[in-house]
Amino acid sequence: MDFLNALVALANFVFIPAIAYGSQLALGALGVTLIYGILRFSNFAHGDTMAIGTMFTILVTWGLQALGVSFGPLPTALLAIPFGIVLTSLLVLGTDRLVYRFYREQKAKPVILVIVSMGVMFIYNGLTRLIIGPGDQNFADGERFLISARDFKTMTGLDEGLALKSTQAITVVVAILVVALLFWFLNHTRTGKSMRAYSDNEDLALLSGINPERVVMVTWIIVAALAVVAGTLYGLDKSFKPFTYFQILLPIFASAIVGGLGSPLGAIAGGFIIAFSEVGITYAWKKVLTYMLPESLEPSGLVQLLSTDYKFAVSFVILIIVLLFRPTGLFKGKSV
Amino acid sequence: MRTLALFALVAALILGTGVLQSWNSALIILNMGLVSAIMALGVNLQWGLAGLFNVGVMGFVALGGLAVVLTSVTPVPEAWAAGGWRVLGAIAFALAAIAGAVFAWKTLPRKTRGWAVAAIAVVGFFLYRAILDPAVSAIESVDPAATGFLGGLGLPVLLAWPVGGLLAAGVAWVIGKTALGLRSDYLAIATLGIAEIIIALLKNEDWLTRGVKNVIGLPRPVPYEIDLQNDAGFVETAAGIGLDPTTASTIYVKLGYSVLFAVVLVVLLVLAQLALNSPWGRMMRAVRDNEEAAEAMGKDVTARHLQIFILGSALCGIAGAMMTTLDGQLTPSSYQPLRYTFLIWVMVIVGGSGNNLGAVLGGFLIWFLWVQVEPMGQWLMGVITAGMADGSALKAHLLGSVQHMRLLTMGVILLLVLRFAPRGLLPER
Repeated sequence: MDFLNALVALANFVFIPAIAYGSQLALGALGVTLIYGILRFSNFAHGDTMAIGTMFTILVTWGLQALGVSFGPLPTALLAIPFGIVLTSLLVLGTDRLVYRFYREQKAKPVILVIVSMGVMFIYNGLTRLIIGPGDQNFADGERFLISARDFKTMTGLDEGLALKSTQAITVVVAILVVALLFWFLNHTRTGKSMRAYSDNEDLALLSGINPERVVMVTWIIVAALAVVAGTLYGLDKSFKPFTYFQILLPIFASAIVGGLGSPLGAIAGGFIIAFSEVGITYAWKKVLTYMLPESLEPSGLVQLLSTDYKFAVSFVILIIVLLFRPTGLFKGKSV
Repeated sequence: MRTLALFALVAALILGTGVLQSWNSALIILNMGLVSAIMALGVNLQWGLAGLFNVGVMGFVALGGLAVVLTSVTPVPEAWAAGGWRVLGAIAFALAAIAGAVFAWKTLPRKTRGWAVAAIAVVGFFLYRAILDPAVSAIESVDPAATGFLGGLGLPVLLAWPVGGLLAAGVAWVIGKTALGLRSDYLAIATLGIAEIIIALLKNEDWLTRGVKNVIGLPRPVPYEIDLQNDAGFVETAAGIGLDPTTASTIYVKLGYSVLFAVVLVVLLVLAQLALNSPWGRMMRAVRDNEEAAEAMGKDVTARHLQIFILGSALCGIAGAMMTTLDGQLTPSSYQPLRYTFLIWVMVIVGGSGNNLGAVLGGFLIWFLWVQVEPMGQWLMGVITAGMADGSALKAHLLGSVQHMRLLTMGVILLLVLRFAPRGLLPER
């Protein structure tokens, strides 16, 4: 019984949150890694692209709610995501046309593009705050729980409850769908293949008649879609606040680099590695250990390795370890 | 010529603020402008001279702030008695464990060294926490409302400025050792991370910095306004030039800071100019422009990068210490990356990367805009919303979000400069 209780506590406080968070990070990291692979720079504006995309989704959600549209037990925001994607795609394509394309034609050094993306970050950030404000926005509706802790307890008779928020389940399902769609696109469609070819070897791809502007355009649209989905899922699961979206940039970059920049598979693996380490290291293990260990060995403290405020330190340390020992990441990304 | 004209423009802007708004706000802008100029100088050293991409400026600035607390606050003997030495012991133990891990990595055979290092790291971490935790809770329970931290050394506050530089240099050495020599973006992301961690440390290690309870009432290198107002001689002099004592004392104090900051800026600027034109400066630019060629000439690129990364970070640390001295308090939650990292970058890019005077100019100009965009935005929004009905939600929203115009404006300025004058207002010669 104690063993089962320990398992349930572990699932409730570590496993489920980490899977949901990992899916969100993986989607974000996929966006970063795609930009890196195709456009060859680290996009510092990605966090704020997520923020502004989520903002569009929230605005449409509010509009739909005002019209009385609902998605039954599911959050209305899911219906709003396609609108968010379209708006964000238009925004990033406009940005590319006005800002990035100039430097691409100049063949500017990647680091210049990074600085340019800093400027874009400022603008997106300012726009988000200007339109929706810097505060918390809650836009989740529909059922809150798939299984609530109390139901679980009465159902199984265990002491520990297992709560599964519907947003967590939605996050995982949507993430799997999106990733499957992305990989199918990259591996089985003509455009996807040309994207991969362009990422592997630009000159060779150009020689074989691939239109670079088209590849770039498709990349931006995919990145916008990924950013909106990742941002909306994160916002549904936690809450939407522009500044947290800026801060999430660090774990996202850490995920992309740990997996290997430019490698989509690596970005997903990296996202889960970062998420599980973050949650595992900042979780107070006392409860689980109390169930698992005999009474004489019961821990006196919280057995929390680091306080939750240091979650950024976790992604950072993993990042440093990978950089020191395997600079191209676990999945052999690019190293330009 | 162009340099003179642009600096005259900045002077005119600040003087204009003095005439149109108030001399106090002009001096506030000037003082933070001086501090920003030093930060920009530091970033320019790294980016303009060596092409290093440091986006952890905020962290080094915050370390400077920490240095002020550690140097100038009077020590808290009860806290030291409660666990001060134990904390030092824990830190010494942690350093020893890291040294041991590095030693093991270097000496043990390939097969076993990974496991050995991992074992040292895990065991070391738990032992470190076992030593540290009781000491920390003992210190933090010493009169938590007033102290609850170790305090500093009680030394003069001006000493904190070089200490801030040293502290930042030390951290820069650690980061540089790990992240330099890799791709340029990696350094960017590593510095972005370390800055967040430094802020997290300042916010959470209450025994060191009182965390979010803030350290207030830091010692000042200039007299207090209230003392001046009670000084009969000062009041008389003020009346002589036709000022009431309150205004005169606030202006006097701010001018005191301005003089101190200007001295530091001039010294650092002269040093930076000398460095730029020395053989060392030429070598740095050669390394920046073509690493392979410089390496072929026998220059140790990574070592040179490390050197200049440390120097530039030290400047940011000095500026951070000066800023905290100016504020008179350390508030860890006030450090925001957009304000302390990316804004400094805008200053350097707009001013002209590679040109020290350009960085200084950018520091003043962008700081001026950062402060003044808000009233300008207010005016603009006032014009836009003038036709709207009073009390409409849109009008209220637009007027309420004026403060966010700053970020937007900075982004637009940065992009415009990068596009149409990529070498900045004062290009590198």
